[in-house]
Amino acid sequence: MTDLNSLALLVVIPLLSAPVCLLLPGERLPWLLATTVTWLVLVLALMLSAGIPEQGSLDYAMGGWAPPWGIEYRLDAFNGFVAILVATIGALVLPYAAASVAAEVAPSKLPGFYAAFLLLLAGLLGTTITGDIFNLFVFLEISSLSSYILVSLADRRRALVSAYQYLILGTIGATFILIGTGLAYAMTGTLNMADLAARLPAVAATSTVHTAFAFIAIGVSIKLALFPLHLWLPNAYTEAPSAVAAFLAGTATKVAFYVLTRFIFSVFGAVFVFKLTPFGWAFTTMALAAICLGSVAAIFQDNVKRLLAWSSIAQIGYTVLGLSMATVAGLTAGVLHLFNHALIKSALFLAAGCIFYRLKSVDLVSITGLGRQMPWTMSAFTLAGLSLIGLPPTAGFISKWYLLTAALERGWWPAAILILVTSLLAAVYIWRVVESAWLKPIAIGRAPVTEAPLSMLVPTWALVLANIYFGLDTSFTTGLAGRAAETLIGGSR
Amino acid sequence: MGESTVGASPVTNQPVLRVTAKVLIPLIMLFALYVQFHGDFSPGGGFQAGVIFGSAVILYGLVFGEQRAARALPPGLLRWLACGGLLLYGGVGLACIASGGAFLEYGILTENPVDGQHLGILLVEVGVGLTVTSVMVTIFSVFAGRRQA
Repeated sequence: MTDLNSLALLVVIPLLSAPVCLLLPGERLPWLLATTVTWLVLVLALMLSAGIPEQGSLDYAMGGWAPPWGIEYRLDAFNGFVAILVATIGALVLPYAAASVAAEVAPSKLPGFYAAFLLLLAGLLGTTITGDIFNLFVFLEISSLSSYILVSLADRRRALVSAYQYLILGTIGATFILIGTGLAYAMTGTLNMADLAARLPAVAATSTVHTAFAFIAIGVSIKLALFPLHLWLPNAYTEAPSAVAAFLAGTATKVAFYVLTRFIFSVFGAVFVFKLTPFGWAFTTMALAAICLGSVAAIFQDNVKRLLAWSSIAQIGYTVLGLSMATVAGLTAGVLHLFNHALIKSALFLAAGCIFYRLKSVDLVSITGLGRQMPWTMSAFTLAGLSLIGLPPTAGFISKWYLLTAALERGWWPAAILILVTSLLAAVYIWRVVESAWLKPIAIGRAPVTEAPLSMLVPTWALVLANIYFGLDTSFTTGLAGRAAETLIGGSR
Repeated sequence: MGESTVGASPVTNQPVLRVTAKVLIPLIMLFALYVQFHGDFSPGGGFQAGVIFGSAVILYGLVFGEQRAARALPPGLLRWLACGGLLLYGGVGLACIASGGAFLEYGILTENPVDGQHLGILLVEVGVGLTVTSVMVTIFSVFAGRRQA
């Protein structure tokens, strides 16, 4: 029991550090506390994940109240993987944040910024490890509310509009999830995921349960920014402070994908979603539409951050496509791409943040010739871009490969062709940035800029190298993703 | 109206309102405390009590001017109270872990588990009440304190 307390501490430590952060004086101390806490959380997450039994999970009864009455925390192969991902991205973004955020957020708001960041971390981790759907809703709201705050804190007026748009859509999503949760509770009298999974099949034929799933699916799809519910994402990612965009791109939509997968496979069951109802086809359609439109829209962007945001919408499509195959191979590909895309997109947004730090702009026209002035930043961007396209030997190649084999195994030829074509589209939009930075002459009249500070380059490069490492040594990621997929599919039989 | 009318709203000049508010505010606060400390036996608890207590302060601010409310409860103090409430809540949880139980397992806090449950929920609800009151008042003063440009 005492040993498992670290499962609660994983959420409690960042949650309680947030108010302390708000009370600390100065600008440096809140950052120091937030960074220390994030690294501590990473160590905890790694230790806990190492202790997950081969077949099963670590269970923790909150407050000593036995489930299904009390709130249960449950760490298995799948959410252990997601928790490590969230903690890792957080631990890399915070050292980067020191310089980057100070340049983009007013000094008086810095303690509040780091407090909101810690709340976001607590919310994401809580959403990931809880085994109770109401508790999940609460944590999802903690993370969403703090991300609205973080987006709005950038020193630009447009950030406020973006945050407001994000708030309205995010709140609609949250309300839908709550309505769905309420309907499921009305039919089964329980909120515990494992207990719901046992009780839902008996009432699966009722329209109430269908409605419950529809509400939850749409609500989570808004948080996930699945096409056509993606409208908040490009503005939020473009206007947010760079460090926040990098953290959100690597974690928030990933956790939302986790939530969707959890609801489908561990609560409602794959049979209900893919056999008894046409929801499975709805997800496939939306995923394919997201892949096409996200990739095409990214080509036409003139702002690097906005381009990356549209690309994220396409990448979310890939993960959902993997999920909607409802096979072990498909789900493995989805979970793998969740991890790899987090590494890719965070690296790209961090590199974009380095550009913004020096130029105060990330427009394609203003970065011309930047490769000669900021070679390290632009090389990082280029390498991460190659991973996004899916060229070997990068992590992006591995997940595209798995996705492709899964699609072929399922006999989905059109989807497989679409994956290849959209990878070419990714090459087009990444090329636009690369061409601008490396091949065009330095913009006339631009003051000479130097390389970004080391505190920003090191985290960026750490993620870029991780992209290459996980492209060469795939045993860790594919092993964990495969185990996660088997746990999910096995559990829903 | 010789005393400070700077920033005071027109309602300040309504004698009926001022007298009624002066009578009601202590009663509202008393009722908030009743809801707070009776919460474990009857409907109520920290959140409701916090909202009621906060609304007493907000009523004071509406009738007598936001600046006088800010003098009674300065923003710096509110920040400490809001954070302190959350820390009290979490601190009780951590104390439970330190005593060898699960997070927020109040029963472990004293010899007799029933007393422990009682003490635990009381402290946690005080924490909730403090945070909700101060956040309510802060939201009010942020909106009310905005000066027209």
